[in-house]
Amino acid sequence: MDVLILAGGLSHERDVSIRSGRRVKEALESRGIRVKVSDVDTSLIPTLQAMGDDTVVWPLLHGAPGEDGSLQALLELVDVPFVGTRSREARVAWVKPVAKAVFAHGSVSTPEYVTLPQSLFREAGADQVLTVLLEQFPLPLVVKPALGGSALGVSLVTEPDQLAQAMVQCFAYSDTAMIERAIFGTEVGVSVVGTGDAARVLPAVEVVCEGPYDYDARYNPGRVEYFTPARLDAVGTATIEAAALAVHRKLGLVDLSRIDMILDANGVAQVIDINIAPGMTETSLFPQSIEASDADREVLYERICEGALDRYRSR
Amino acid sequence: MMRRLIVEQGDTALQYGSGQGHEGLREQITEVMALEGIHAHADDVVVTTGSQQALDLVTTIFINPGDVVVAEAPSYVGALGVFRAHEAEVVHVPMDENGLIPSVLESTLERLKAEGKRVKFLYTVPNYHNPGGVTLSLERRPQVLEICRRFGILVLEDNPYGLLGFDREPLPAMRSMDKEGVIYLGSFSKTFAPGFRVGWAVAPHGVREKLVLAAESSILCPSNASQMAISSYLAHSDWQGQIKKFREQYRERRDAMIEALEEYMPAATWNVPDGGFYVWIKLPEGLDAKSMLPRAVTARVAYVPGTAFFFDGSGSDHMRLSFCYPTPERIREGVRRLAGVVDAEMETVRIFGPRGARPTTTVQSPSPDLA
Repeated sequence: MDVLILAGGLSHERDVSIRSGRRVKEALESRGIRVKVSDVDTSLIPTLQAMGDDTVVWPLLHGAPGEDGSLQALLELVDVPFVGTRSREARVAWVKPVAKAVFAHGSVSTPEYVTLPQSLFREAGADQVLTVLLEQFPLPLVVKPALGGSALGVSLVTEPDQLAQAMVQCFAYSDTAMIERAIFGTEVGVSVVGTGDAARVLPAVEVVCEGPYDYDARYNPGRVEYFTPARLDAVGTATIEAAALAVHRKLGLVDLSRIDMILDANGVAQVIDINIAPGMTETSLFPQSIEASDADREVLYERICEGALDRYRSR
Repeated sequence: MMRRLIVEQGDTALQYGSGQGHEGLREQITEVMALEGIHAHADDVVVTTGSQQALDLVTTIFINPGDVVVAEAPSYVGALGVFRAHEAEVVHVPMDENGLIPSVLESTLERLKAEGKRVKFLYTVPNYHNPGGVTLSLERRPQVLEICRRFGILVLEDNPYGLLGFDREPLPAMRSMDKEGVIYLGSFSKTFAPGFRVGWAVAPHGVREKLVLAAESSILCPSNASQMAISSYLAHSDWQGQIKKFREQYRERRDAMIEALEEYMPAATWNVPDGGFYVWIKLPEGLDAKSMLPRAVTARVAYVPGTAFFFDGSGSDHMRLSFCYPTPERIREGVRRLAGVVDAEMETVRIFGPRGARPTTTVQSPSPDLA
């Protein structure tokens, strides 16, 4: 088996993706697997078409087009085996309000939210929209781009006069904003490996951050303390694990994902974010979870690739 | 060139060298500086790993935590980083189209003196300022020197762009007017190649001795291979002709940028630099260059927000565009994209009104190459 890692891309998370790609490459190579890393450019399709029969593609692009389903659609069109969620499910997971509508039933909770495009503010008058928004969503609240899973463009609003600027910052990343009620509690990232009934959780990582857990905190060491496994009692642990598995299955995610959530004061797991191509860098949560489990990282990555190849062959 | 160097002079090029720098190169550096009216001896020159290292060494020697550095507003981001690392306080003095304003420099130094602040030096980029693009006029140079002398502070003259004027001969360096009060920093990064990392400092005798000691403690000696490569280039190539070619190329790129700005971004204002690499742009009212950056990156165009060039993080209404590297066609396309970004941001700001308070989390953005 050979592996072709796709890393880089022209998103705001390009650097992180390149680091993720390098880490996974090293891990797979230590298992004796031949690994090539490619960026997404005009050479991609010829590269895919020239691949041998036993080569698996592992897309490690963070943000669009690696996580929004576009790249997966291309891989399906060229018809090559690849690791991870397929294009349609990726698209659903990418659009946060749509994903919430799919997974937030029964045992799975998510903060109350509303989705508002920039055009609505223009047409209905920004002041009036913000006023009714604040009536229904008392502060504090969180403003974030409706698309994607990174912390870019996310603001915590604690005072009414911060709201307009938070919207401006959000719209620098996306035409549509999602406004959520802010939740406080124990913040955890739960990594899931496998697919459907065979999916299982890895030990959760608890994130304790000095200041907001933003892009800078995620990828530059120093401001964040991680606890793996999370410092939760048996009930809390069972709650977050059940929520993560339910989300992974309801959204039809494949091979791996990381589900971010906050266990609130009432012991309810409030799901915040879905990542179908979680970061694999030295500070990323997914590798930390593997470290705390009884699995071996290199072996696990190899199994994920083998699983993808088997799935493709047994279609 | 490198192959010949290794074959013919490998014994020296691959060895340690003098802490002060290669003697032959120091001689040649005095010839380079003569173009800007500096008469110095090779013994006055200390070769460093880019002029950035000279900046760091001078700061290490002079600055204790809490000391004040006076600098132009805006000022070179790489220098601000060095001053910050040494816990200096930077006080900015404004510029106009003729560079640093002497009367404001004087009143600022008066004020700092009255406040009991310890000012160590004036950091200035007198030619084709980064990012401001302006040049300190010939008339003002002695005025600035006189003021600094009167207040007992040194002038740190950082001059990477002096030979890159488009339409005129270089002005005399400040060091050419004052041997004792000026530490001069030069570089081959902008006139030959940044990859060799060769810059230099010229300092008054007492300071020079300290610089050599500090350099030796820091890196033992600058790279012999790099220094000898540059020395060979200066000896065997028409380097002045090459600089002329660079100037013509940069002028063409400057013209492309200014024309594109006039066509696509009439709502912004900017200066037209007559040398160097940069156009310093004031955005239309209400726009914040830092918050707008992600939108620009999405549109595949980048700039440095003005905030990078101020010690206190102000300057968000400005941005720096560089025209040194891309071709005129790419510059035009970049400005066209940037204009679309500015229009979209203006639309957003119009909808939400002028800037209110900042939320708890500010926008995080990938950092472009700031230097």
